[in-house]
Amino acid sequence: MNYLLLIYANETETMAMGEAVLQKMSGEYMDFTKSIVQAGNFKAGDRLRSVSSASTVRVRNGKVAITDGPFAEAREQLGGYYLIEAKNLDEATDIASRIPGARYGSVEVRPIWPL
Amino acid sequence: MSAPIAGLVETVFRRESGRVLATLIRLLGDFDLAEEARQEAFAAAIERWPSQGIPANPRAWLISAGRNKAVDRIRRDIVFRTRIAEALGSAEVAASDEADDELFGDDRLRLIFTCCHPALNHEAQIALTLREVCGLSTQAVARAFLIGEETMAQRLVRAKRKIRDAAIPYETPDASVLEQRIDGVLAVVYGVFTEGYAVTAGAHLIDAGLCAEAIRLGRLLQALLPGRAAIMGLLALMLLHDARRPSRISAGGDVILLDDQDCSQWDESEIHEGLALVEKSLRTDAQLSHYAVQAAIAALHVRAREDHATDWPQIVGLYEVLLRLQPTPVIELNHAVAVSMVDGAARALDLVDSLAARGGVAQYHLLHAARGRFLQQLGRGNEACEAYTTALHSATLEPERRFLRARIQALQGSFGAPVSG
Repeated sequence: MNYLLLIYANETETMAMGEAVLQKMSGEYMDFTKSIVQAGNFKAGDRLRSVSSASTVRVRNGKVAITDGPFAEAREQLGGYYLIEAKNLDEATDIASRIPGARYGSVEVRPIWPL
Repeated sequence: MSAPIAGLVETVFRRESGRVLATLIRLLGDFDLAEEARQEAFAAAIERWPSQGIPANPRAWLISAGRNKAVDRIRRDIVFRTRIAEALGSAEVAASDEADDELFGDDRLRLIFTCCHPALNHEAQIALTLREVCGLSTQAVARAFLIGEETMAQRLVRAKRKIRDAAIPYETPDASVLEQRIDGVLAVVYGVFTEGYAVTAGAHLIDAGLCAEAIRLGRLLQALLPGRAAIMGLLALMLLHDARRPSRISAGGDVILLDDQDCSQWDESEIHEGLALVEKSLRTDAQLSHYAVQAAIAALHVRAREDHATDWPQIVGLYEVLLRLQPTPVIELNHAVAVSMVDGAARALDLVDSLAARGGVAQYHLLHAARGRFLQQLGRGNEACEAYTTALHSATLEPERRFLRARIQALQGSFGAPVSG
């Protein structure tokens, strides 16, 4: 079986932890990643940029609507994901708008931290 | 620096500042870096031009100087050294002598599309456009929004960070999405204008500076994307409203209704230009623009001056067209007001009541003010008074509040009730 592990945290609280704690956590993440790579469990994983860099794509009546922010509605649940490479946000949102789910729900487009 | 040279340098700066910034943003791919580079380029010009003379192509000189300053800065910055310096090395350097206006025009258009990108929220789009395209100071933008300078600075920082982190492109959009993106840009320009025309809170009703910025943006778009019905329509709409601006407010800051406005105060050149643009916009083959229809309505109000009578039936017809293009409560209310001039207040009251019955407009003070007016015309003074009082509860502009209070007092006076509110 494959599993997607979704990591949730309060961004403001995380940023308030201070440089030393964040450095330590970063080291722990590297160790953890190494351990699951060695064990053969790792397929992919990334750190996402802040929610303030998120955009949401919806398609209604054939029209693409792009909005600022991670505004999935409360009644919508995460149902799948694509990891894509695109030259900029316009290409990324264009691809997002072609996902069939964009016509019924919403697709959050979030940039990934470059390594 | 001798006085004539100082004056010339200042003129060059004022004229070229926006273009230089737009091109530097394209070359450097970063707003903050480009702003610093422009500042350093202008500082270098102040130092050198008085002794060396103003270069033949000042714009190219400033861009070139700014780019070099930025490259120096990047070289000092270890993190970005390889990545950006390489990109810059291979990028075509536009700051050559043959750099032409068309190229710089494209850069300004790119900048407008970036600032008005749909992945930024509407307030951020307006703030960023005023700051980066119009060149207003952060303080001036903050004042326009009636918020503190610190809050506005934060808003601008967040918007620029989103552009950078989400890789919002610095590009004119593809043809496939161009029309939709132009609509977004026009919404920003109109947002600046309406913000100027009726500042949403506070004592003053019109901020002429913002109206002028919006018209300047409209002209810039008209020059960069000529022949587009929606752009011509919006520019016409803004000109026809702006032309009547001086007659809309009394010397004491009070609202003057259209019928009582002194048309000798209207700006003739704006009216002339606006009327010509409406005609042109309506005559293009493109899809009818709601801005052009609104401008056509404004044009009929202006023309009423020559005919000594407003063509209300035609205005009703235009509002019906507009309702098909843009069915909003504001348009519905304006349609009802026009209907009252043709079919009378009873029919108009029905329309407004049906609009109110659909909900979501309880706080819309102009709706209650219009109801008050229709009821008054029907001789239902008590109900009119109630409607004006409801309007007063949600009106925020002091001149509008004074206007409503005067109406209420006149009504209460006419049937001997005590004056309050």
